[in-house]
Amino acid sequence: MADPKEAIKEKSMVIQKDMLAKQFHDLSKAKELGKKVVYTFVPGNLTELILSFDMLPVYPEINALQSGMRKKSAAYIREAEKMGHSEDVCTYVKCDVGMMLNGNIGPTGEQLPKPDLLLLSYTGCFTFLKWFENLERLYPGVPVAMLHTPYQEDGKITKDQTDYMVKQLNEEVIPKMEKVTGKKFDPAKLSKLMENSAKAEDLLVKILESAKRKPSPIDAYFAGVYYIGPIFTAFRGTESAVEYYTELWSEVQERIKLGLGPVTPEGELKEEKYRLVMEGPPNWTNFREFWKIFYDMGAVIVASTYTKVGGVYDQGFRHDPKNPLESLSRYCMGVYTNLNLPQRVDLIEKYVKEYKADGFLINSIKSCNSFSAGQLMIMRQIEQRTGVPVGFIESDLVDPRYFSYANIKNRLESYFQMLEQRKIILKQEGVAV
Amino acid sequence: MKSFEAILKECEGLAFDLNFARAKKWKAEDKKRILVGYLPIYVPREIIHAANGLPVGIMGAGDRKQIIKGDAYYQSYICHLPRGIIEMALDKNLDDFDGFMFPAICDCVRNLSGMFKLSKKGKFQRYFDYPQNFDVLIGGTFYIQEMEKILEDMQAVNGVKVTPEAINKAIKLYNTNRRLIEEIYNIRQQYPWRLSAVETYHILRAGITIPVEEHNEMLEQVVEHIQRERGEPMDNIRVVVTGSFCEQPPIGLIKSIEMAGCYIVEDDFMLGSRQIQGDINDNSKNPLEALADAYIHQSTFTSCFYDVENPRGKRLVKLAKERNADGIIFSAASFCDPALLDRPQMQQECDAAGIPHINFQYHENTGQFKVIKEQAGTFSDSIKLWA
Repeated sequence: MADPKEAIKEKSMVIQKDMLAKQFHDLSKAKELGKKVVYTFVPGNLTELILSFDMLPVYPEINALQSGMRKKSAAYIREAEKMGHSEDVCTYVKCDVGMMLNGNIGPTGEQLPKPDLLLLSYTGCFTFLKWFENLERLYPGVPVAMLHTPYQEDGKITKDQTDYMVKQLNEEVIPKMEKVTGKKFDPAKLSKLMENSAKAEDLLVKILESAKRKPSPIDAYFAGVYYIGPIFTAFRGTESAVEYYTELWSEVQERIKLGLGPVTPEGELKEEKYRLVMEGPPNWTNFREFWKIFYDMGAVIVASTYTKVGGVYDQGFRHDPKNPLESLSRYCMGVYTNLNLPQRVDLIEKYVKEYKADGFLINSIKSCNSFSAGQLMIMRQIEQRTGVPVGFIESDLVDPRYFSYANIKNRLESYFQMLEQRKIILKQEGVAV
Repeated sequence: MKSFEAILKECEGLAFDLNFARAKKWKAEDKKRILVGYLPIYVPREIIHAANGLPVGIMGAGDRKQIIKGDAYYQSYICHLPRGIIEMALDKNLDDFDGFMFPAICDCVRNLSGMFKLSKKGKFQRYFDYPQNFDVLIGGTFYIQEMEKILEDMQAVNGVKVTPEAINKAIKLYNTNRRLIEEIYNIRQQYPWRLSAVETYHILRAGITIPVEEHNEMLEQVVEHIQRERGEPMDNIRVVVTGSFCEQPPIGLIKSIEMAGCYIVEDDFMLGSRQIQGDINDNSKNPLEALADAYIHQSTFTSCFYDVENPRGKRLVKLAKERNADGIIFSAASFCDPALLDRPQMQQECDAAGIPHINFQYHENTGQFKVIKEQAGTFSDSIKLWA
C-alpha cells in the first residue's frame, strides 16, 4: 500500500490548490458576497457564460470525486442507498445526494451554498438527466435550465445540431440566467472571457502533447487529472487559469530541458519503462495506491481519454470569442463522452501511434456506462489496429467497495510482464522500441 | 374469425421468434421492402411504414437464447439486454435487416449503436436522439430533423421517397393500433381475468414484429373476444407494474406476479407501442410536424424524457388512481440506470399518495421466481388484509 507521507508537489500544484481553496471559500460566502450559485456538470460546461453573469459554479462530480479522495464517499453512498437508491447505479450521484443529506459540506470543510440555478448541461451522459431530476426535488423551487447536447451520432457536428443548441442557449439558458441574476446578457464580456479560454487551451495542449517526448515529462492521466482541473471547471476564461497554465507549461519546459520524467507523489520517476494510453476515468477512493502501482513499475500514461471529457482541445477545438454561442455549442458537442464509438476508437488509435505507446489499458468504471459500455469492443479494435498489448481492469469512481487493490495489482503486474516480454521479442526481431 | 386460442398461440410464437421469420417473409415478398429494427423504447414507426419498411421491435433475447459471445462484449455490471442483442447479431438472427435504430434511452443503448457501426451490422445504424427540449419550435424542429435523417437512410436503401400522404396513411393505421391496444387495457381494467397479463404481453409484443395492418386485425378480434366472459374473477389485488420498459422481464416473472394474487392492470412492458396517448393528426400537410407535436404533447411519462415540468412520479400516481390500482410494483432490470435512478423519487410520490409499493430487480433471463412470487404474494395479502 502507498506510503502515507506527504506527497511531493510542483509549484503549479500549489497554485491550483490555492485557486480551489479560494473558490470554495467564495462559495461558502456566496450569499454575503451577493453572488448567485449555479450547479452544473463538467462535460460540456458553460463556465464562461456563468462567469459572464458573475455567478459561481458548483460541479457535483467534482464534489463527489473530492469526497472519494477524502474517504468520505462510502458513508455518503450508504446514505443515498438507505433512501432507496440501488447498488447498481452511478456512485457519483449517490455520493452527491448523500453529501447533500449530510449538510453539503465541501472539500475544504466549508458548507456549499444552495443553488440559485440548476444548469443541466446534458452532455455525453444519460445519468446527468436523472441526477438533476433528483437535485430538483432536493431543492424544490430552484429553477432548472436544460441544455440538451445532441450526440455526435454521425461522427460530426452538423449545422442543425449547432442551431438547436444556440436556440436553447438563447431561449432557455440565457433568459433563466438573466432572471436569476437580474443582469442582462453581455456578449462582449462573454467573448472577453473566451479569449482567456483559448489562451489557456493553447497552453494545455502544449503540456499534454509534451508526453510525445521520450521520456515523457508528464503523466497524462494521474497528473493529468490535476492539469485539467482549472480548465475543466470554474476557472476557464479567467486570468488566473491563464497564469496557472503559463506556470505549468514553464515547469514542463524545464523538465524537458533537463530530460526529466514525470513528478509522482514520491518524487521524480527515474526510468520510463512503459508508455501507455489509458481509457476511462480513474478510481478516486484509492487514487494514490492506484497511481503507485504504475510508477513503481516505471509505467507512464502518455495519453488518456479521461482528460478529454472537458474538451478535446488537442484535436484543434478552441473557444472562439468571435462566435461565442456557436462556439460554446460546438464545445459541448465535442467533448470525449459525446463522441460516438468509432470516433473514440479512431482517437485512441491515433494516441497509441502518435505517442508511441507500448500498450493500451482500460480502467473500466462500474458507475459510468457512458465510458464503459462498449469498451471491450474498443479494446479489440485497438489491438487489431495497432498490435500493442491491451489490458483491462475494473474499479469504480467513488465506491470503495469496488476497488480491489490486490486484484488490480495482480492484473497490472501480469500486464506489465506481458509488455516486458513483448519488448524482448521486438528487440530480438530488431524492431526499435 | 380465428379462435381466441389460435390467436393467442400465434401471438406467443411471434413474440418470441428471435429469427423474425414473419418479418423476413414480408420483406421477401417485394424487393423494395425494408426491415428496420429498433430498440426500446419508442420510435415513430409511421415514417418507416411510409417508406415501405417494416419497423421491427428488438426487445432482447430474453430467456430464449443462451448468451455466449455477448458476454464477451460486456462487463458484468452492464444490463443484459445489449449482450443478448449482440449475440443475436453475431448469430445472424438479424441478417436481412436493412437498418437499426437505437433510441436515446441510456448510455448502453447509445453505445450499442456504435458497436453496430463498428461491426457494420445493417446498411445504416442510427442513434435516434430524443429532444429534451419540449418547445415545438426548438425541440420539435430537432425531432423533425432526426426523423428526416431516418428517411434519408431508408431512401438510400430502397429509393422510396416518402410523401406526406404515405405518412398520413401510416399515422391513421397506428392511431387504430394505439386505440385498440388502449381498448384492451380498458376492458382489462374492468375484467382483468378475461385476458391475463401474459397473454396481453404476447399480443402486444407480437405486434411489433408484424405489419401494423395484420396486428390491427388481430387486435380487433381480441377486443371482440374479450367482450365476452372468459375465465373467473379471483380475489386478487390490482397492481401497476412499472420500470420494465426496456430490458423485458421473463414471462415467468409476469406469471409469478399474477399467480401471487395480483392483477396487472397497467404496465410499461411494451411502452413504445403506447407512448403516444391518443390520436395523432392524420390529415396534416406536414405530417412530420404532426409526429413531432405528438411526441412533445402526447407522450406518456417515461424514464428517458426529462421531466422537471411534469414529474413522472406524480403521473404514475395519477395513472394508478385512474386504473383503480391497489398498489405499485417497481420491477426494474438490474443495472437499468433510467428505471433505478427514478425509483426513489417515484416511491416517495407513492408514499405521499398513500399507495403501497414493493420493488425487485430482474434480468431478462432470470430463471428463479420463487422469491418474487413470495414477495408479490405477501404484498397482495398485506393489501387484502390491512389496506
